[in-house]
Amino acid sequence: MGSFAYVAPKTVRETTEKLAELSGAGTPTQIMAGGTDVLVQLRTVNRAARTLVDIKGLAETNRLDIGADETYIGAAIPSAVLNENNDLKTLFPGLTEAADLIGSTQIQGRASIGGNLCNSSPAGDSIPALIANGAVCVIAGPGGERELAVEDFVTGVGQNALAADELLLGLKLPNPGPRTGDAYLRFIPRTEMDIAVAGCGVRLDLDEAGVCTSARVGIGAVAPTALLVPAAAEALIGTKVDDAALAAAGAACSEAASPITDKRGTVEYRTKVISVLCRRAGAIARDRAAK
Amino acid sequence: MSKLHVTTSINGDPVEFLTAPEQTLVDVLREQLDLTGTKEGCSTGDCGACSVLVDGRLVCACLVLAAEAEGAEITTIEGIATADGLHPIQEKFLEHAALQCGICTPGYIVATKALLEKHPEPDEETIRYWLAGNLCRCTGYDKIVRAVQDAATTLAHEA
Repeated sequence: MGSFAYVAPKTVRETTEKLAELSGAGTPTQIMAGGTDVLVQLRTVNRAARTLVDIKGLAETNRLDIGADETYIGAAIPSAVLNENNDLKTLFPGLTEAADLIGSTQIQGRASIGGNLCNSSPAGDSIPALIANGAVCVIAGPGGERELAVEDFVTGVGQNALAADELLLGLKLPNPGPRTGDAYLRFIPRTEMDIAVAGCGVRLDLDEAGVCTSARVGIGAVAPTALLVPAAAEALIGTKVDDAALAAAGAACSEAASPITDKRGTVEYRTKVISVLCRRAGAIARDRAAK
Repeated sequence: MSKLHVTTSINGDPVEFLTAPEQTLVDVLREQLDLTGTKEGCSTGDCGACSVLVDGRLVCACLVLAAEAEGAEITTIEGIATADGLHPIQEKFLEHAALQCGICTPGYIVATKALLEKHPEPDEETIRYWLAGNLCRCTGYDKIVRAVQDAATTLAHEA
């Protein structure tokens, strides 16, 4: 039985060196940002001793940078801070709404979208919204940084592409164009603070005539990982995102889903609901793009 | 197991303590620092009884490691009243009988303080959503909402 330890490195290099040293020595490690998943798990499902590596002290995980073409969101920024930033909310309303759906005021004071992604739950609300927005993960390791499309980051339930000596620094999102809209909707049986039964994020671009020129659709809680659904995007591209196109995109989401039955919903129910959420989120994204 | 030395500020006072790495802030507040006003309910961030402010931000002290308090400014329920007496939020909770057993009350008052600093004139929906992370199994919530509305009015008049 090992013992717990806590380290709060101040630089990326210090962090990756510490992670490499600990993993090399066979010491279990746990990276934490806001800790709203990690500390609950530490008290319930996995009580084993480990070294907690707090990455909130790094400049790179706290940086929020809205550039000319892309936006960088540090992995440890609490969702409450994201939702206090009106520029970010204007650029990515679907993503900030997804972050705002996760937990109570208290939880949002700590929880980050980087942590939501690294927790790698099938039902993480920010993940389909990140997928829809074409987010790219910025990952640091001993050899430097690498980038990975967000839809390739989560590899299974609670599993992701991070090596033992790597950490997620932040997420890069392409900024919206002149007629771009995004939206995220989830279904839960109550008004808030529940885990998604199904969730769908949509981002699309329209041309001057209102025809969709590009689209991305992400779905969550209906497969072992959140998924990018290219067939749903194809159903929207080239259309005016009318009812028929939205219905076809919804049908593509149902087709892509491989949900489980649990207390939140059955396979049949989730398969149906994901198509409805896609239609509604697609309509919101279209209306936002047309504004 | 090696303990960590933490230097922090609690309710404006400099405080130092030793903590095990896995100990939470609510553990240290209650068991080492005798600040027992902060209650521990669920220990998993669901009930809000342990609500405190860390650098002005409302959080659950059960989901903060004590080690993370290093260099932070923490406000607990013990820091809400002033030398002149109870804070208007506390007075309004008493006036409206917005408590029965009282276990959730410190968390509600800290959460309400954070709410009224951000939204000085909240509507009922804003109050209910902001306080959705605080559970009360006695009152049925309406008295709490009324106390918060009244406290908001009182504080707006004082300002």
